[in-house]
Amino acid sequence: MNTAIAQDNAGSPSLGEPVYELSNVSKTYARNLVVALDDVSLTLRKGSFTSVIGSSGCGKSTLLKIMAGLIPPTQGRVALQGKPVTGPRRDIGMMFQQATLFPWKTAVENIVLPIEIRDGRAAAAKAMDKAHDLLDIVGLKGFDGVYPNELSGGMAQRASICRMLITEPAVLLLDEPFSALDELSRDMMNMELQRICREQDATAFLVTHSIQEAVILSDEIVVMKPRPGRVAEIVKVDLPRPRTLDMMTTPEFGEIVEYIRGLLDKGEDM
Amino acid sequence: MSDVQNNAPIERNDTEDTVWVQEISFIDSVPRWLAMSFVFFVFVGTWQLVTFFEMVSPIILPTPWETLLDMIFVGKNLLTGGYMLVALWITIQEVILGFALAIALGFSLGILVGETAFGEKAVMPYLVAIDTMPKVAFAPLFVAWLGFGIESKVALAAFIATFPIVVGTAAGLHSADENARMLFKTMGATRMQTLFKMKLPTGLPQIFTGLKIGAVGVMAGAITGEFLGGGKGFGELIRVAASQLNTPRVFSLILYLSLVGLVVYLLVMHAQRKVVFWHEERVGAHD
Repeated sequence: MNTAIAQDNAGSPSLGEPVYELSNVSKTYARNLVVALDDVSLTLRKGSFTSVIGSSGCGKSTLLKIMAGLIPPTQGRVALQGKPVTGPRRDIGMMFQQATLFPWKTAVENIVLPIEIRDGRAAAAKAMDKAHDLLDIVGLKGFDGVYPNELSGGMAQRASICRMLITEPAVLLLDEPFSALDELSRDMMNMELQRICREQDATAFLVTHSIQEAVILSDEIVVMKPRPGRVAEIVKVDLPRPRTLDMMTTPEFGEIVEYIRGLLDKGEDM
Repeated sequence: MSDVQNNAPIERNDTEDTVWVQEISFIDSVPRWLAMSFVFFVFVGTWQLVTFFEMVSPIILPTPWETLLDMIFVGKNLLTGGYMLVALWITIQEVILGFALAIALGFSLGILVGETAFGEKAVMPYLVAIDTMPKVAFAPLFVAWLGFGIESKVALAAFIATFPIVVGTAAGLHSADENARMLFKTMGATRMQTLFKMKLPTGLPQIFTGLKIGAVGVMAGAITGEFLGGGKGFGELIRVAASQLNTPRVFSLILYLSLVGLVVYLLVMHAQRKVVFWHEERVGAHD
């Protein structure tokens, strides 16, 4: 047990204090009595990257909604930074499959929107400088005054990363953020995401359909099984950081991908 | 073997550029103004022929020339502030007031049925029911309630124009996608913030579609009101000219009236371009 932990720490030296803790979380939808989540326990550590993968109906999106404070669990404890999550919070940042930038606002106005909603226009105006810096970090320097219509899909997702980061959230919830992009942009954005997460020492939680994407980005991969949605296994990824796209051709990478595929196929048999 | 087959055509062609002319259909090479003028001249030409050979009685259909002369006469009267301008001003007032009333009503009702579950469940069915009625049939009621003055015309115009604005506003409020709603929830937005900072701006294109349909309806409502409820507006001039079988006058009055309708429509479209600058709407498929 101790040796296993020691090995994990050697593989990913950035592992820190627990930030987000879920213990024995279950969710049954009252309207059709479907058990969407059954006894899920998870710990996200400071600076770690965790992915959740599973076929549709395995409760990934239910899990994410509970973690975002959008819906309550039926059972179990959900705590971010020691405080129970009972609704949307500013220390939770979220990103979706679509960039969801609003076309009547410029890039920088979109980015300060979370501040505008929570603290009003004056605070949003003050946050402009920070938004400029964030645009710089994601490689969109000089795009402040540009409207979303003029941004490509990848650029729009970069801007939405800024919007997620502007409130300095303790955890980033990523709901298949790049799955609407073409494969080349997607690989590039994943590497960008890794870089940004490392620079910000962010704790990230990614929902994805792609095993490769999960393996290249994550320290831990939560493999889920459907009906009822539950955790099959939590797989640790010991590839060194920073990860590069070249690693996708190494045997170690292939081994982990094969292992996870095996776990997912077992779920399919049911 | 395969090398020979591959090389043979290349040797024959490698000195020539593969340039060929792509066919463009004739209408694509014609500018819009020219195409429109063509239709205009065909129309006026046919009209001229029909009247020249007296295929239709001159009382029913005046010649284009007579109509043009009458348009000049009416135009002079309007420009010199004659009785027609007074009548036109009354109609314009009805249109402006009717449209303003329709916007206020349509917008409020649209938010009620588009934003609240109560409005959607309890109010919307009645609105749909009233919308399916022939609204012009209410004109005598408005006259009975509000008299022969401008009020009954304003009421009918607003009555007709309100529904498309309600429908446009409600549809607009529903047009925000799931991600945007979720995003606003995660940001902890209040209901009012979600409405004013997200749902309404998202729905502006649909709201403006409703406004444009309403702008057409408000004109029809004002004139119908004048036909059925008397008064001193432009519709009354048309009614009188028609009863005197003065068809050239009817024609030219309608043309001037349609200019007013066009101006209202263009004003709404201009406002749309300014307000909904991110949403491009095309007039024709070939623009």
